[in-house]
Amino acid sequence: MSTATFAERRAALGLCVHCWLTVLLLAVLVWTSFAYLSVDLSSLFSIESGSSMARFILRFFPPDLGGEFLRRIARGTIETLAISALGTLLAAGAGVLLALPAAGRFGAALKVATRFLLNFLRSVPELVWAALMVLAAGLGPFAGTLALALHTSGVLGRLFAESLENAPPEPARALTLGGAAPALAFAYATLPLITPQLVAYSLYRWEMNIRMATVLGFVGAGGLGQMLYYELSLLHEPQACSIILAMLALVVLVDAASAWIRRRQMRSGG
Amino acid sequence: MPSGFRPQRDPDALRRAGWALAALLVLWPILRVAEFNPADLFDARNLEVMGGFLGQFFPPNLSIDFLALALKATMETLAMATAGTALAMLLAAPLGLMLSHSLSISRIGPGPGRGAGRASRALVRGVLLVLRGIPELVWALLMVRAFGLGPAAGVIAIALTYGGMLGKVYSEILESGDTRPARELLESGSGRLMAFFYGLLPGAGQELASYTIYRWECAVRASVVMGFVGAGGLGQLMDQSMKMLNGGEVSTMLAIFLLLVLLADAFSVFLRKLLA
Amino acid sequence: MSFTLDRVGLIHPGGNAPEQRALRAVSIDAARGERLAIIGPSGAGKTSLLRILASAIRPTEGRVSVLGQNPWQLTGSQLKRLRSRIGFVRQSPPLPPRQRAITAVIAGRLGEWPWWKSALSLIYPVDIAGPRDELARLDLADRLFDRCDRLSGGQLQRVGVARVLYQRPDLLLADEPISALDPALADLTVSELHSEAESRGATLVASLHAVDVALRRFPRVIGLKAGEVIFDLPPAKVSDAVLSDLYASETVMLPPREPRPSDLPADGCVPADLPGGGRPDGAVPPRAI
Repeated sequence: MSTATFAERRAALGLCVHCWLTVLLLAVLVWTSFAYLSVDLSSLFSIESGSSMARFILRFFPPDLGGEFLRRIARGTIETLAISALGTLLAAGAGVLLALPAAGRFGAALKVATRFLLNFLRSVPELVWAALMVLAAGLGPFAGTLALALHTSGVLGRLFAESLENAPPEPARALTLGGAAPALAFAYATLPLITPQLVAYSLYRWEMNIRMATVLGFVGAGGLGQMLYYELSLLHEPQACSIILAMLALVVLVDAASAWIRRRQMRSGG
Repeated sequence: MPSGFRPQRDPDALRRAGWALAALLVLWPILRVAEFNPADLFDARNLEVMGGFLGQFFPPNLSIDFLALALKATMETLAMATAGTALAMLLAAPLGLMLSHSLSISRIGPGPGRGAGRASRALVRGVLLVLRGIPELVWALLMVRAFGLGPAAGVIAIALTYGGMLGKVYSEILESGDTRPARELLESGSGRLMAFFYGLLPGAGQELASYTIYRWECAVRASVVMGFVGAGGLGQLMDQSMKMLNGGEVSTMLAIFLLLVLLADAFSVFLRKLLA
Repeated sequence: MSFTLDRVGLIHPGGNAPEQRALRAVSIDAARGERLAIIGPSGAGKTSLLRILASAIRPTEGRVSVLGQNPWQLTGSQLKRLRSRIGFVRQSPPLPPRQRAITAVIAGRLGEWPWWKSALSLIYPVDIAGPRDELARLDLADRLFDRCDRLSGGQLQRVGVARVLYQRPDLLLADEPISALDPALADLTVSELHSEAESRGATLVASLHAVDVALRRFPRVIGLKAGEVIFDLPPAKVSDAVLSDLYASETVMLPPREPRPSDLPADGCVPADLPGGGRPDGAVPPRAI
């Protein structure tokens, strides 16, 4: 058994300097964050806060499973689904309309302007849109629908514009050369090419919007969230617990359904 | 075409009409439930409120006092996302390792402790499902009740939801790559933690890191709105300004949102390049 | 007794396909320090047999005893300790491409070391000389700090051997340990496996495609065909007739006792793997597998 030479010891350490620097940088950022927020983790995990936490959790059980209340939850769930479905549908329509100028079909100036609009629509969170729409349209699910539609048209518009730009131009060009109006050439040649993609994007966004629609009610935009906010503000914990369980079930079911559909598509589509 | 036949109809016509009718039948109740009523937008009272509010958007409030307040809230938002993601990682790493089949010692053979292994994996899967199935804003609302107002509630809310998401994705990443190195180490008597570090991490580390950074980016977006339920950050400021119908402040803050999201995008691209 | 297999059978569950019988009534005993070669056509069950000895798969029938213990009657921690005393050289060792050779070799002692020592070695290797010496035995010392994705197939195979040598096992199993090596390196590697087994009184079991190496270097040769032991003889008693019977269904020709052309690497990387051979600077060898 020999011993390691100095050169070997140095080589052993020579492992990716910038990896270590990155790790160090991230560690400093995380540490700064905790320090800045002055969140004291040890006090959060102390026995005292643990027992008060346990008391807090116990207040939520057992959940209220009364028939009357369950009917209200069912209504809230349907409202949530309706908000998400309608919001996504409106967004898909608006997305197609905005995607045309954003893909540069009506000149460069409009392209830049539409892209800015799309970026703005998608960078404002759904919940902020909801708070604004409550002012514009009053409390209730309609405000939530509009909020989802606004944010989602920003997202879908960008995705649709990308598919439009990537679609092969030859089929439409063949039609316009044959004398068809550009709008008709688009409808007959380009749209069928990208429709499956548009549908897939919209369905994927709908899935995310269902999750989002459950919380829009916190600012008064309808659905399960509005019920939860209301019950919690009245300190009705058992009722709140049932609503949270309903949200959980909704999210889990949507998750499972979309996984199932994706698996089936993969099998049939090859 | 032989004469005597009626001119042929589009064989799909009937089916298409049926689908269109069905779509309308579904759409109608949806419109009703969602209380879809565009006229609301043009209701005189709403128009007045919104008009006055939008009128104040220009000029945006750029006073030093307000900008200082907004800067502080922005820092708080970023810190909340970063601290929350760090805690989520701490929560997700052990759960993800426990869930991963490729690190199961009892599956070799199969050997002793197989039932316990299966039971613990099922339990972990259930915990992760509950953590990520409840939206982060609901967790935040609950944490505000438990810990009081402030960013601590937001940090914990992000840690819980994102811990659930990260844990699931971590275990998927660990299973999708080349798992044979870890399996070989387990077969020569190594423990599961070291089998992970020596067998899986070299291959999967980059993907794990890049997914975590992606989640951090999502956490920034999430923590922007945490304040609407009282969990600190920009959202709280936004909530106050909106309740006071102060358009100038709101327009400034919308611009900050835009900048923040773009910056988080750019920073996460930069970090991912650094790790590559 | 180092290990005992008593009428061991193995059936691979086939899922939807018909299940496959990999081993049938295999009985082999080996005393401590014995050195065995297993030969036989592809698909004869050599790897399955070795994996049963490594206590990595559980036989469907029969009795197994390894290092004096029945692995499938142990508790989890006892089984872990047993496995850390068994070294398994693989035909193509699964090494993470981004890992350095030294770390890959150090991983041989994970079962023995306390966790803090293994964890520390991720950041800075606790032992540098040990892995270097093991690699030097296989003429690979200069690749100590190279990443595995910069090594050729033959070099990777030797890193795998070095890892098991570093593990210092009591039972040394090797599954085609020289399949990617040229004759000179193959000879060196087999010698090192032998000297390791000899110096520490460990048992060595190697499956080999190179019949000549098996007959020349091992005192005991077992012929395996279609999951059954055909013969278990000292090499002097392994006649051409026995061998042609063993390989009967696979090839018409008897495998020659001299190195076959297929033992030589097909591409032009012979000089790189030969001891003292040079490599054009900057050329990254292709990775096997």
